[in-house]
Amino acid sequence: MSLEYQFFPVSHPSEGAGGKTGNWRVVRPVVGDRCIGCNACYLWCPEGTIGVKGRRAEVNYEYCKGCGVCANVCPVKAISMVSES
Amino acid sequence: MAMRMVGMALGKNVAMVVVAGCSSVIQGIGPKNAYGYPVLNIAFAAGPAAASGMWRAFKQRNKDVTVVVWAGDGGTADIGFASLSGAAERNEDFIYLCVDNEAYMNSGGQRSGSTPHGAVTTTTPEGKKENKKELLFIMLDHNIPYAATASVGYPHDLMDKLRRAKEVKGFRYIQILTPDPYGWLFDPSKTAEVGKLAVQTCYWPLIEVVNGKVRISNESLHCLKKETRRPLKDFLSVQGRYKKLSEKDYEELEKFVDDLWERILSMIS
Repeated sequence: MSLEYQFFPVSHPSEGAGGKTGNWRVVRPVVGDRCIGCNACYLWCPEGTIGVKGRRAEVNYEYCKGCGVCANVCPVKAISMVSES
Repeated sequence: MAMRMVGMALGKNVAMVVVAGCSSVIQGIGPKNAYGYPVLNIAFAAGPAAASGMWRAFKQRNKDVTVVVWAGDGGTADIGFASLSGAAERNEDFIYLCVDNEAYMNSGGQRSGSTPHGAVTTTTPEGKKENKKELLFIMLDHNIPYAATASVGYPHDLMDKLRRAKEVKGFRYIQILTPDPYGWLFDPSKTAEVGKLAVQTCYWPLIEVVNGKVRISNESLHCLKKETRRPLKDFLSVQGRYKKLSEKDYEELEKFVDDLWERILSMIS
């Protein structure tokens, strides 16, 4: 499994082109210590806001919509969805 | 979600024809939101016809460009089917991607030819009475060089298929199952899981037909025998659209899956 897929066209409109998420997000993903940097969240994130930097995943909270896909696909359950309030 | 993967796989030199749908809305707002390649937005029925003209124009100008049509299942199975069939018969040189979310989701979830038996949509509140149109087999009967199915639950499989399709000359058809949380009524965070469940329960086959040769992806190999399949209930119970499914409907759906795999088996042997 190689992860050298190009980012090319579709997926990368300029970041948050539809506007920042604002305050309507209900839950936010928080990456825990168990992260092994496997890139699964990066692969599935519909918004392209999560990615592995170094050995851990990092979330761009400005544009994350809090859909929770990353928490569900994580093989080691390192991502937890925390309430915003 | 599927669109990101398509982008990752195809690389450069792509032009896309987008048939009306949600993806026409995404690039709608302002200069920042455009896709990274030329896009032609066009009416439902004209997608394959426009792509046919497009690749011919590229060929005349000696440009090596892959033309891709991005269409929903409504634009493929119902409205756009005439021109799709025509383009496949002429063996036009482009990739046709059918993003199958099994209803007209952008306009509010009306039933389409691709909606499965028993599913509740806004126009079939009691559940659809007919079976899903088997688009893959219809396209295979056109004797096209490449046809495949994929699911967003298995992105690597999808990307491999797209890359192989890019190498083939002629009409290429790929049908991608994209679970839609708002139409199928499940939690948005489970999108990838539902895409996987569809494959594990054998409701959605992952196969690839190159020049008449059938290859079944590793994820779908267990479906060949009936005993090794995961029960269909696991896939149906996570979705709200199957709430009104009766015992009889369930048997009908199971029979649909059995017939589907019998047909695939008969293609292999």
